[in-house]
Amino acid sequence: MAINCTVNKKKVSLDIDPNTPLLWALRDHLSLLGTKYGCGIAQCGACTVWVNGEPMRSCVLPISAVSNAQITTIEGLDPAGKHPVQVAWDELDVPQCGYCQAGQIMTAAGLLKNNPHPTDQEIVDGMSGNICRCGTYHRIQEAVKLASKKIKK
Amino acid sequence: MKTSRRDFIQKASLFTGVFTLGFDWFSADASAMEVVASTGRFNAFLSIDNLGKIILYSPNPEIGQGIKTAFPVVVAEELDVDWAQVQVEQANLDTKQFERQLTGGSGALKHSWDRLRKAGATVRKMMMQAAADQWKVDIAKTKTSKGFVLGPAGQKASYGSLAEAASKLPVPSEVTYKDRKDYKIIGTRVKGVDNKNVVTGKPLFGIDIRKPGMVFAQIVRPPFGATLKSFSADDVKKMPGIIDVVSFKNKVAIVGSTTYAILQARASLRCDYSSDAPLESTETHQKWFDEGMKSDKAQVMRKDGDFSAAIAKAVKVVEATYECPFISHSPMEPMNFFADVQKDSVLLAGPTQVPQPAQKAVSDLLKIPVEKIQLEISKMGGGFGRRLNNDFVLEAAELSSIIKKPVLVMWTREDDMTGGIYRPAARYHFKAGLDASGEIIAFYLRGVGINAGNSTRQDNFPVGAIENVLIESFDQKSAVTTGPWRAPITNFLGFAEQAFLDEVAELAGKDPIQMRLALLEKVKTKPVGKITYEPDRFEEVIKQVAEKAQWKKKPGVHQGFSVYYSHLSYVAQIAEVKVENGKPKVTKVTAVTDCGEVVNLSGAENQVKGAIIDGMGHAMFAKLSFQAGVASPNNFNTYRLIRGNEIPVIDAHFVNNGIAPTGLGEPALPPTGGSIANAIYAATKKRQYKQPFS
Ligand code: FES
Ligand code: FES
Repeated sequence: MAINCTVNKKKVSLDIDPNTPLLWALRDHLSLLGTKYGCGIAQCGACTVWVNGEPMRSCVLPISAVSNAQITTIEGLDPAGKHPVQVAWDELDVPQCGYCQAGQIMTAAGLLKNNPHPTDQEIVDGMSGNICRCGTYHRIQEAVKLASKKIKK
Repeated sequence: MKTSRRDFIQKASLFTGVFTLGFDWFSADASAMEVVASTGRFNAFLSIDNLGKIILYSPNPEIGQGIKTAFPVVVAEELDVDWAQVQVEQANLDTKQFERQLTGGSGALKHSWDRLRKAGATVRKMMMQAAADQWKVDIAKTKTSKGFVLGPAGQKASYGSLAEAASKLPVPSEVTYKDRKDYKIIGTRVKGVDNKNVVTGKPLFGIDIRKPGMVFAQIVRPPFGATLKSFSADDVKKMPGIIDVVSFKNKVAIVGSTTYAILQARASLRCDYSSDAPLESTETHQKWFDEGMKSDKAQVMRKDGDFSAAIAKAVKVVEATYECPFISHSPMEPMNFFADVQKDSVLLAGPTQVPQPAQKAVSDLLKIPVEKIQLEISKMGGGFGRRLNNDFVLEAAELSSIIKKPVLVMWTREDDMTGGIYRPAARYHFKAGLDASGEIIAFYLRGVGINAGNSTRQDNFPVGAIENVLIESFDQKSAVTTGPWRAPITNFLGFAEQAFLDEVAELAGKDPIQMRLALLEKVKTKPVGKITYEPDRFEEVIKQVAEKAQWKKKPGVHQGFSVYYSHLSYVAQIAEVKVENGKPKVTKVTAVTDCGEVVNLSGAENQVKGAIIDGMGHAMFAKLSFQAGVASPNNFNTYRLIRGNEIPVIDAHFVNNGIAPTGLGEPALPPTGGSIANAIYAATKKRQYKQPFS
C-alpha cells in the first residue's frame, strides 16, 4: 500500500517497500539529493530532515513511520537560502567540503525553532550529534549564535 | 546547470563572437592566435565576453581546501575587477588547457601563483592597450579600477566593451604585478563560491550524479589477501529491484535500481573466500615491526658524521618508540564514481583528486584512447588523500563495461572503512645522545613502515643542526592497501619527532623553545649536510607563537610546544591542557603559520582550524585493527571521530610575509599531536607513545 506524506509542502505518494529508509526514498525516489548519506546508522547526522518539525535521522527512519507526516528537507527550508541559519552559514563562511552541512543546517534550524536563543552550552550540546570531518565546528557554533541573533530582529 | 568546457566554447562563439587563447598562449604563437578569434576565452583561467560577463575557471578538484575560491581570487586581483563581478566555474579535466589539475600535497597554489597572476595581469594590460588605442593615448597614461580602464581625460571603458578589441591585440610578453599593498581582494575574507549552493542543498557531489539510464551498484570486496572462491547469486538476482550480480577481480557487484534494493540484496549474498597464506591481523603487524626494528636490511636515508662513535661518547642518552596505527580516511562522503562505458568512448564523473591519472588508468584498463574518455569533476565531500587513489574509478569503469550500462558505484560507510586504502602503519625508534653541556651530539631514527615506502623524513629539523645523524627506513609489504593520508607520513611522524624533542629538552634541562632556537642558530652558523628548510622562517613562527600564547607565563596552565615544516609552510603551536576530574582536557591551541601570502583569510583560517581538529581527533581517538584480513571497526559508532563538544579554542595567526603562497591544506596538522602530547605531559607527567593517546 502506498504511503502518503507531505515533502516540502508537496503531497507525495510512495508505492515502495515500507521499510525503505526515508533517506533513500528522498534520494532515489523523489530526486531530493540535498539530504546526505554519511553512516546509515544514526551516528553522523548528515541525513537530518524534519519530520513534523522535529529533526530526525532519515537513514534509520522507515517510510512506514512517516505516513501522513510533514517532511522538510534542506531543499524546503528556504529554497532562496534566506533562512537565518542559511544566511549565517554563508556569512561566516562555514563550509569546507560542504557535505555535512545540509544535516548541520537542518539540525541548527531545528534547534533554534524550539529554542530561539540558546546558551553557548546549549548550542554545543545541540550540535554535537553531527559530525563534520573537515572540522568546521567552531564556525558551526558561531553561525548558530549569529542565526539566533538574526531571529531576534 | 553545469556547462562543460566544450559546451561553453560553442555557446560563447554563438553568442558573443569573442576570443580566447590556448594553453600555450604565453608563447602567443600563430595557432594560438587562431583560437582567439572564435571564442570568449582569453586564457585557460578566464573569459570576458563583450557583455562584460567575467568567468574565472578553477581547474583543480575542490575537496574542501578552498581552491575553487582561492585560485580565482588571485586572477581577479591582477585583472583588477570587483569580486562581486566575477563568476567562478569548475573546469573539467582538460589536459590541453591546464598543467596540474590535481589536488594533493598542498601544492596547487604554490604551483600556480605566477600563472594565475600572469593570467589576470596579461588580460588587464590588453584591456589597457585596447583603451589606449581607442583614446589615442599612451598606455602608461591609463589605469584600471573594478573592471574599467580609466583614461587621463576622464575617459572610462568597461572591460566588456573592450573585450573584442583587446582580444585582437598581441599577447604582451611582459607584465607587471600589483604591489601587495594595493591588493583589494587577496588577504581579505572571501566566502566560498559554492556556499549558496551548499546551504540550499543543491546536488553538487559525486553521490548526487544522476544520468539518463543510470543504475546503482555496490561492490563486495574480499578480505585483504583473500581470493573469491564462489558466491551464491541466484536468490539475490531474483530480489526486487536487482538487475544483475556480476563478479570481477575477486569482487562481487550487485547492480540494482535503488540503493535500498541493493542494501537488502547484500544481506543475502554469500561469498566464500580462500587464501594461500594466513590472513593478516594486528598481531602479524606487530611481529613485522619487531622484525623490522632488528633487520639489517634497513635503508640508510641520511648519514651525517658518525652516529655510533658519537653515541658511545654521549653523557646522557634518551630513547623512545612511537607507534602509528593504520587509520581510515573517512571523508564524510564515502567513495563513489559514475562510469558509462560505450563501445569506443567513456564518460566518467565524480570525485577524484587526480582526474588525469584516472583517465589514463581507465584508458589502460579498457584499451580505449584517453581522447575518448571524458571526465567531469564533481565537488568532493572531503578527501584527506583517499581520493588520490583511483581504485573506485577503475571499479566503476570495469563494472560499466561488463554490464554495459551507465552505473554509479556507491560505497557504504562500512565499505569505505573496510574496502581499502589506509594510512600506512609504522613504528619509529628514536635515540639521542647529549654531551656534558646538554648539546645534542648524536641523533638516530629508524622507521619501520607497512606499505609506507620511506616512513621517515630524513631531512627534517633538527637534522641539519646535529653533527652525527643516522636515519634509516625499513618497509614491509602487506596485503592491506595504503596511500597518502592528509600530510602523508608527517601526520604521525610530526607528533613523534616533536614529542621526542620534548623528552630531549627535559633530559638536557632546557626549555623546549629555547632548545629549538639554539638548534636553528646552529643551522645558520654551522649547518650540517643538506638543509631543506629556512631557519629564519622557523624562528619567526616560534617567536610569534611564544608571544601570542604567553609561553610559560600563565600560572596554572599546562602548555606544550611543537613546530613543524611541511609542504613548504611553517607552523608553530602551543597547546594548553587542563586536568578535569583527573583527566587531561585540551582547552586551547595557538598556532602561528607561515604559508607566505595569505590569499583568502577566511579559507586560511578554516584550513588551519580544520587541520588542528583533524590532527587532534585522530591523535586522541582513531583506532583501527585487523583480524583475518578485515579491518574493524567499520562505522562511526565504534570508529570515533572528534565532535563539536570536544574541540579546544583555536587561536590561528598568520605571519603573512608576502612570500609566494605555499600549502595550507595540510601543514597545520603534523605539529598538532606533538603540541597536545607535550601539554598532556606537562599536566600529567605521562608521555604519549602511540595513537590513540591514552
Ligand atoms: S547517515 Fe544518517 S546519521 Fe549518518
Ligand atoms: S564541511 Fe566537510 S564534512 Fe563538514
